[in-house]
Amino acid sequence: MSTDHSDFSQHLRGYLFVFYALLFGTLITVGASYIPFGHKALNIAVALLIASVKAFLVAGYFMHLMSERKMIYGILASTVFFAIGLMGLTLWSMVDFPPLTTTH
Amino acid sequence: MDIPYTVQPRPDTGLYNAKVGIWLFLASEVMLFGALFSSYILLRVGAPEGYWPHGWLNVPIGTANTLVLITSSITTVMAWASCKMNRFEKFKFYHACTLVLALTFVCIKSYEYRDKLTHYEITLADGKIADGHMVRNDPKADHVVISGRYVEDRKELYDLHAAKVHHPHEELTLPRAQIKKMSSYGPWHNTYTAIYFTLTGLHALHVIGGALVIGFLWGPGSKMWRTDPERFTNRVEVSGLFWHFVDLVWIFLFPVLYLL
Repeated sequence: MSTDHSDFSQHLRGYLFVFYALLFGTLITVGASYIPFGHKALNIAVALLIASVKAFLVAGYFMHLMSERKMIYGILASTVFFAIGLMGLTLWSMVDFPPLTTTH
Repeated sequence: MDIPYTVQPRPDTGLYNAKVGIWLFLASEVMLFGALFSSYILLRVGAPEGYWPHGWLNVPIGTANTLVLITSSITTVMAWASCKMNRFEKFKFYHACTLVLALTFVCIKSYEYRDKLTHYEITLADGKIADGHMVRNDPKADHVVISGRYVEDRKELYDLHAAKVHHPHEELTLPRAQIKKMSSYGPWHNTYTAIYFTLTGLHALHVIGGALVIGFLWGPGSKMWRTDPERFTNRVEVSGLFWHFVDLVWIFLFPVLYLL
């Protein structure tokens, strides 16, 4: 049952590094939201980019997706496909408003 | 009858069954939250100019809750790693920390909800709007008292980031006969509060559900450690995957609802 401790302490250091990166990322997200980048869309893009990096760290390291079996990748590939499709349809619907609709 | 492949990997998938199960479940969860995020985008884009709220939520409180959830993620990983390293006492310690952090998250969220549910926008007969937190609302009294301010135009209430001037709040006594409409900032207030309560409420239910499972593994469920430690470790891993997903959803909810 027990795993080699020296081998695992390497993993533990990695987890702690990810933890500190997530804390730092949160503070960066809050700080960046107070900086006017010139256009609201740019602020949104920056916040979502930082959130995506943080999500990658959680999924990749805490959820071990970096070293998972093909079966899991297969399940997630279909999820990514449908999630992108869902967001794609959402964005598509935004260019299909009736005339005189205010969009911003 | 024994449940197959609770410890040994299935030859065709290379994984124990619970792991495949939790990932299939998480895949469906991505679509559930994805649909709600999609609703958020459509509501925000469809809102009339100047009528999508900014600065309605307390950023320091939201940041604190984000840090609490991130910390609970590392304690969850450490709990699983402790099982892997055959250190049961450390597992108990880390999962106790996870439970305390989960409770802290729910308490902070409840405080935020209470703040919104006691915050009122009151339209008066003369067209003025009083906005603030309820102080007294005795149904028998002929007036209500709030701690807030008057605004001439509803639009002033929407972009609190843009309103650089701090508006002093004072106790306002409003005759009941003058009140045309009174609405708290609950889910019924507008589309922003509706999607805010839906997204964060669903997320909070996930936190509570995850905490119940973790609490079971920490308490009565931990007996399995003595009889079948590998199976128990797998249970900890599966519950941890769910917990990380809950953290992952919040990573997007926080900037979307609090900062943008």
